[in-house]
Amino acid sequence: MLSVLLCMMRRDLVLAVRRMSDVLTTLFFFIIVVSLFPLGIGPEVEILRLIAPGVVWVAAILASMLALGRLFEGDYRDGTLEQMLLAPQPLSVLVLGKVLAHWAVSGLPLVLMAPLLGLQFGMTVEGLGVLLVSLVLGTPAISLIGAVGAALTLGVRGGGVLVSLLVLPLYIPVLIFGAGAVEASVTGLGAEAHLSLLGAILALALCFAPWATAAALRISLD
Amino acid sequence: MALAGINWFKYSSPASFYPLAGKMMPWFAGLATVLTVVGLYMSFFVAPTDYKQGEAYRIMFIHVPAAWMSMFIYVVMAVYAALGLIFNTRLSAMMASSLAPTGAMFTFLALWTGALWGKPMWGTWWVWDARLTSELILLFLYIGFMSLEAAIDDPRRATRASGLLAIVGVVNVPIIYFSVQWWNTLHQGASISLDKAPSMATIMLVTMLVMTLAFWMYTIAIVLYRVRCEILERERHSEWVTELMEERK
Repeated sequence: MLSVLLCMMRRDLVLAVRRMSDVLTTLFFFIIVVSLFPLGIGPEVEILRLIAPGVVWVAAILASMLALGRLFEGDYRDGTLEQMLLAPQPLSVLVLGKVLAHWAVSGLPLVLMAPLLGLQFGMTVEGLGVLLVSLVLGTPAISLIGAVGAALTLGVRGGGVLVSLLVLPLYIPVLIFGAGAVEASVTGLGAEAHLSLLGAILALALCFAPWATAAALRISLD
Repeated sequence: MALAGINWFKYSSPASFYPLAGKMMPWFAGLATVLTVVGLYMSFFVAPTDYKQGEAYRIMFIHVPAAWMSMFIYVVMAVYAALGLIFNTRLSAMMASSLAPTGAMFTFLALWTGALWGKPMWGTWWVWDARLTSELILLFLYIGFMSLEAAIDDPRRATRASGLLAIVGVVNVPIIYFSVQWWNTLHQGASISLDKAPSMATIMLVTMLVMTLAFWMYTIAIVLYRVRCEILERERHSEWVTELMEERK
């Protein structure tokens, strides 16, 4: 089972590395969206520091949603996905491998870039640390939940816009606890509670999302 | 019991449910009309003027039942969707998709009347309160459900995909609700609290329950009406629909 998972991840990672531009597009989208906020709101450091966690989190959610289309699209077009459905290995494990690889190329770069953007917003070192941890816990959950939406809208016209309509409401708890963790640590409340809840959401998503995604794929490729 | 003699599974087939729905619909529509008239009369003339809120509070008799129904319908819709996915019954899926527009309508109504109520009471149309926010998110969930169904051309795939989304949504509803509530209590920006339930006069409570029942009956009637259309549309190539159409001519 584990070897199937690893094999799937390795395959998707190789495919992603061969097409580096896709990864960079997501990353630059994230950077640009975050950079637009000071331009829209004004350069006062006090305000920027206040809104930084929310801005970074919302931008991360939008960026990873932008990347969702690529999760199954390529395999769907060339028929690989159909072979995966027929494969003797459980589909949910294959899906989990795909989602984890997808997170590594679309989520992880955002996580690594986030502290730099936080610095631009005048965040403290402590706040940056919590931001990093919250993103590490939150972005995989976002990829997992988003996979359900991506699978449901596979091959549907206007799928890109539709997927945002489906998954954005489901992202709200992750957003609240992710941005809330940073805010709580800045105001001195301590971020443990928020981070624990984020971890709980991630654990739940790890258990149920691959399964729901597999069911959605079976519906889409019926 | 006489009811035990009925073969309930018979009515899970669209062909036998279609005439049954046709027979039940006028009853529920009639009940809804009577209850609405009674409820509106009570809410305008019987219920006393609130000593603090004056006459404006009367919008509550629409607002609260609409909010209750909006949540209730989502759960019922998810249950039908689950039945449709598990037992592969066509009718359950049709019921789920017939419920969605009514649920979205009640969610919108609750938000709208809430805004109208909020303006004279708190002096603002909208506060980012936990309840208001989660009701808004519920509206998003309804819209997502309906637009996914509308975007897929194959009706079988459309109902199954939207059904799965409804189930994923219903699992998330409590998580969303509690996260929004916690988010709200942490911020405490607006000092308006909706949580303190005012002790209500019995007559007000009764009026509200009558209105809720009226909305409930209306929902059943309109859903039966809509599901009949849905049945005809999806089963238009089947024999019994052709026969029915021949009879009508």
